[in-house]
Amino acid sequence: MFMLEKAVVGSRRYWIWVGCLLAVILAGFLCYLLQLKEGLGITGMSRDVSWGLYIAQFTFFVGVAASAVMVVLPYYLHNYKAFGKITILGEFLAVSAVTMCMLFIFVDMGQPMRVLNVMLHPTPHSMMFWDMVSLSGYLFLNALISYVMLESEREGVAPPHWIKPIILLSIPWAVSIHTVTAFLYNGLPGRAFWLTAILAPRFLASAFAAGPALLILLAMVIRKLTKFDAGSEAIQKLALIVTYAMLINVFFVLMEVFTSLYSNIPEDAAHLKFLFVGLDGNTELVPWMWTSVTFAILSLVLLIVPRYRKNEKLLAFTCVIVFLSLWIDKGIGLIIGGFIPSPLETVTSYVPTLPEMTIVASIWAIGMLMITVFYKIALSVRHQLA
Amino acid sequence: MSIDRRKFLGVAAGASALVLAGKASVDALASGSGPKQGGTLANTRWAMVIDPAKCLKDKGCTACIAACDKVHNIPDFKNPKHAVKWIWKEPFKDAFPGQEDEYTTEQYKDKPFILMCNHCNNPPCVRVCPTQATFRREDGIVMMDWHRCIGCRYCMAACPYGSRSFNWLDPRPHIAHLDTDFPTRTKGVVEKCTFCEERLARGEGPACVEACEAKAMVFGNLDDPDSEVRHLLKARFSIRRNPELGTQPEIYYLV
Amino acid sequence: MRDKGLIFTGLVLFLVLITFPVWYDLAAGTTSKGPDPKLPTAEKDCVAPLEYMRTSHMDLLLSWRDQVVRQDRLTYKAFDGKTYDMRLTGTCLKCHTNKEEFCDRCHTYVGVAPYCWECHIDPALAQRSRG
Repeated sequence: MFMLEKAVVGSRRYWIWVGCLLAVILAGFLCYLLQLKEGLGITGMSRDVSWGLYIAQFTFFVGVAASAVMVVLPYYLHNYKAFGKITILGEFLAVSAVTMCMLFIFVDMGQPMRVLNVMLHPTPHSMMFWDMVSLSGYLFLNALISYVMLESEREGVAPPHWIKPIILLSIPWAVSIHTVTAFLYNGLPGRAFWLTAILAPRFLASAFAAGPALLILLAMVIRKLTKFDAGSEAIQKLALIVTYAMLINVFFVLMEVFTSLYSNIPEDAAHLKFLFVGLDGNTELVPWMWTSVTFAILSLVLLIVPRYRKNEKLLAFTCVIVFLSLWIDKGIGLIIGGFIPSPLETVTSYVPTLPEMTIVASIWAIGMLMITVFYKIALSVRHQLA
Repeated sequence: MSIDRRKFLGVAAGASALVLAGKASVDALASGSGPKQGGTLANTRWAMVIDPAKCLKDKGCTACIAACDKVHNIPDFKNPKHAVKWIWKEPFKDAFPGQEDEYTTEQYKDKPFILMCNHCNNPPCVRVCPTQATFRREDGIVMMDWHRCIGCRYCMAACPYGSRSFNWLDPRPHIAHLDTDFPTRTKGVVEKCTFCEERLARGEGPACVEACEAKAMVFGNLDDPDSEVRHLLKARFSIRRNPELGTQPEIYYLV
Repeated sequence: MRDKGLIFTGLVLFLVLITFPVWYDLAAGTTSKGPDPKLPTAEKDCVAPLEYMRTSHMDLLLSWRDQVVRQDRLTYKAFDGKTYDMRLTGTCLKCHTNKEEFCDRCHTYVGVAPYCWECHIDPALAQRSRG
């Protein structure tokens, strides 16, 4: 069934890894049961900071999901052959990341049993409705595409013709998921930090840097562990994509900084002040944000200089700091920074609690488990396992 | 609510051919055209005029807040992060951010202003709610349907006035005296001031207004040219919170 | 038939497990007992005929709920021409004064847990906790 039989046979190493992931998932599940019983009060969220790590992580992983388009587009639209081997990895990454997004939304619901109300009372004027449509559509598209492509690879036949238009549809759809996610925050009159037209482009730029960086790392790990080699041409091309996307992302962020600080409109500048120097004595996120900035600058140096970029050992390090920099920027700063200060100019501290972080970790573990299983299946089909 | 729906119908019809949107439009048409019993909602627009000068006279008074808390079973969480507030006080500079300066606010500075849901004519919370659990009634009240709320807290992010509270924990153990005439809320839903719609239905005024001995709050129908609120707004200059956001609050503060 | 023993043990085990509720009920003697909700003695008329209330009171309540909260309609014209306020505690519980002996008995019997009472307050319960 769905080639899952290939996931239940594996080496000792494979089972230890899967076992560790399952242990984290179990811990998170227990914490979620506690949250279900007690309420979201067991998290660090509050009346003023009403969205926290869950929604911030959701935002980041929408980007990772969308980034699959960066391998699909060159391969299918420009016939760029070097990506042929890794498109399936990109699509599986998308499926895992979208699933994580949905889980992050789900654990953030105060009344999870009523979540189907979103479909029972469809509300087109709510961006959350469109986010549900675009995320579930994207999940469906990528699950279908990767299954059909892999199945035909296994049977040794050419993929059916009808899959081509679906693959082409997945390209604009990838852009749509991150655009709609930006629109979630974009249109809120009281939140100056998000009220900027460049939010969606910025989301896309950071997604196309973080996603391919993760894909490079995954390709390198797979090469170490198995006989599968994505090829250095593909990795170098991905690195180039990361370079451009990261440049554009940093450029966009600087535009935000200029507009907010030079216009000197207090409510615009307040959020940046909170993030980078602290506000009303609260400096919770300041070390995080400067870490993100340092990593971003360092990564740009390592990416732009061709000699550094072509050194694959160094490239691995670069990809790690690109990913971390953007994870801090989008997975923490962007959402929490948008709530502090509140529209009534109060600064409320937000520190995620242990159960909250365990739930986040378990969703990460679910994502990693999906990636592991999917890649295992894909490589088994290609008989490229070590 | 119907105005909002009609507005979005235009947008939805133009922008989208998706089946779900189509279904929603049919729903909206079906419920929007239903006859209203009594037929009074359509020519009513509830509003409140607050005279801070009168309220300020009695600085320590919290009668309005206490009255609201009592009739609506508002829990008292000791942790301010979990606070549930329908009506509360803030200093001028927080209620009207960016409007304070070093001279004119001497008489207002640090003095508490009464805040509550503004029952905006153009409410961002209603716009973002994915289930229509919060909606605008024809008489202008921005209502909450606690049965339908999924607890996504999108409305809290959207409200520029901090008027919405979430039940982070089960509120029941934190309510001193249960009023059996009014429900409590369950954990995981958002709540806020409803202009005492349950009292309006019985022909009474909002609890806070009736509790105010200084008569600093006046509640009435803006569609009635002879109402006290209309007279007050005609006679005196008033301000509203964050007018630049276009939300059109229905709470007016006399200056 | 190499694994005969294993297969038949499994089958027997399966049969025992799937029929377990029957044995359990027989042993506990609960099968013949109905939920036996206590009906009010003073009041004879309800907002709808008994048969309808028995099968569909939840639909009626959901419709009341939506009308009151979302459509600002407050009164209900019953089948016999009487009008009632559409209120769970104010109207229903006025006659059915004992929630535990009325609502809960059936709900426990059929194993459902309606969430009405997470918010709506049983007046009797509130009185007891106060006293």
